[in-house]
Amino acid sequence: MTAFFDILLGGVFHASVLFLVAAGLQLVFGVQRIVNLACGSFYALGAFFGITAVNWAIAHGAPQWSFLPVLIIAGVLIAAIGPFIEMLLRTVYKRDEAFQLLLTFALVLMFQDVLRFFWGANPRQLGNLSMSYGKVTLGEVSFPTYNVLVMLASLAIAVGIGLFLQRTRYGRILRATAENREMAEALGANVRWIYASVFTLGTMLGTVGGALVVPTAAASLDMPVELVVEAFAVVVIGGLGSMRGALAGALIVGLVRAAAISFYAELEVLAIYVIVIVVLIARPAGLFGKPVE
Amino acid sequence: MSGARSHAVLTTFVIMALVVLATFPNIAQPYYITLVLPAFAYAIALLGFNLLFGYTGLLSFGHALFVAIGAYGAAVLSSKLGIKSFELVLLISGLAAVIAAIPVALLSVRYVRIFFGILTLAFGMLFHSFLFKFYNLTGGDTGIRVLRPSLLGMDFKELDKTAFLIGPFYYYCLALLMLLGFVMWRIVHSPFGLHLTAIRENPRKAEYLGVRVRFFRLIAFLISAFYCAIGGVILAINTGQADPELAYWTHSGELVFMTVLGGFANFFGPLVGAFAFIFLKSELMGLTEYWRFFLGVTLAVIVIAFPRGLMGLAVDLWSKARRR
Repeated sequence: MTAFFDILLGGVFHASVLFLVAAGLQLVFGVQRIVNLACGSFYALGAFFGITAVNWAIAHGAPQWSFLPVLIIAGVLIAAIGPFIEMLLRTVYKRDEAFQLLLTFALVLMFQDVLRFFWGANPRQLGNLSMSYGKVTLGEVSFPTYNVLVMLASLAIAVGIGLFLQRTRYGRILRATAENREMAEALGANVRWIYASVFTLGTMLGTVGGALVVPTAAASLDMPVELVVEAFAVVVIGGLGSMRGALAGALIVGLVRAAAISFYAELEVLAIYVIVIVVLIARPAGLFGKPVE
Repeated sequence: MSGARSHAVLTTFVIMALVVLATFPNIAQPYYITLVLPAFAYAIALLGFNLLFGYTGLLSFGHALFVAIGAYGAAVLSSKLGIKSFELVLLISGLAAVIAAIPVALLSVRYVRIFFGILTLAFGMLFHSFLFKFYNLTGGDTGIRVLRPSLLGMDFKELDKTAFLIGPFYYYCLALLMLLGFVMWRIVHSPFGLHLTAIRENPRKAEYLGVRVRFFRLIAFLISAFYCAIGGVILAINTGQADPELAYWTHSGELVFMTVLGGFANFFGPLVGAFAFIFLKSELMGLTEYWRFFLGVTLAVIVIAFPRGLMGLAVDLWSKARRR
């Protein structure tokens, strides 16, 4: 029974971080029609910057418990690179998808060395800070409070994005632009501004995700390219462009990975991709995706 | 330019390139000669890759999978099964890649555009994690050693490793590149190749005209897998090792990078791209620790400003010079 809860909680924790990155990927794909390979790089950037920010804050006398808000603020702040990267991507909006994908691959290569330049080649860790919030105990099962807080934060962000897209005026304009760019533009939507803000929001989801994971795992240069693989599995299972899909896909991938690791570690990535392939055979557009041609 | 004239110009350039490559081992330092070998390998792999990307219009982000099958094929055949003959290794590894490509292609060609890319990436990573995790079968992250093969039954025992690689093996690979290049030239100019181009330009129209779109995409996929595996065999023999990184998605990305660098719209683009990439990478690695950054910048500049790649640039300059 304890093992079951370990898998469940571990899986949901991983899923909640994965959801943030996948949501960023979906948002950018939904509106700009660009699949961003660099989403993993933003995630790693958030992780490394988060470590620096927390170390800086604690060195300047911030109390230990403040690391969670510091991490979130750091993730939000570093997303300021978003608009600049969007300016680069703007040059290829009208081009073939192959070029758009390749430009984001160029970003992956560049970010790899930007991270190496600022933080070096060795993995970085944030000590044991995540344990300083103590543990939640439920009967025989105990679980770090920090992980619970991250799950709640991720859930809050999921609800927030949903409300923002469905209920606010700006969210409606955004969905209209995703549906038909020309028509939205003709009706007076400022597409330029929408693209820049959507991309920045997508970046922010990635960087915050990276910042939140760093108290529990080391930040390393392998992070960006490894995460892309899982994030892609999430969006393929859930359906490209769908937020609900990102949520469902993240839960599936997170739980499967956690189960595979505890039962048979060799199957960690294989199990995820078996599910990807099964989903694609049964439902080619993913669980929540629109049918593709 | 008239057709016959451009044909003559083309032939001249190809012959010049072959003469340079054939005399290269006599004039260059061994280091640069060993750089040409991976360029040969990638040139062959990209010939196949571009049949799918440039001619059929399907961008795969997982073709490193087939390069890895070629490399592991060479490794298993030479160190585990004791098969020495290079011809046999090429044939078996190539066929293994085609067989592995059948299920991958059957699933992937149901999709086009971005979905095709993501799905092929997924298959590539599936194979990578198999290579990486199943230590007993595949040697895990260290991979499997690749032994020196015999060429046409001759094993060149008197030569050391480098002398073998920059001597007989170099010329063998050059000949292989010529042969496979010629075959690919015939393929893309055959009715089959024209079908592929028609599918790229307008799949629906092609289907109305009676082209079996998925079947043609499938065949193009299988041919590209074969070429990639041959490239993988050469790469593995050159380094003496087959390791899982060959199947990683970033390696697939490099294949796309090279193709676009050379220019995917031109038959010779991927060949130029393979050589340009290998030399650019080696020069950058010699200059700076942060060579990936500059590779990324190069790719970004190519994508934004020169989408037709080096060959597109060369053709433009050439026609400008002729008009003057």
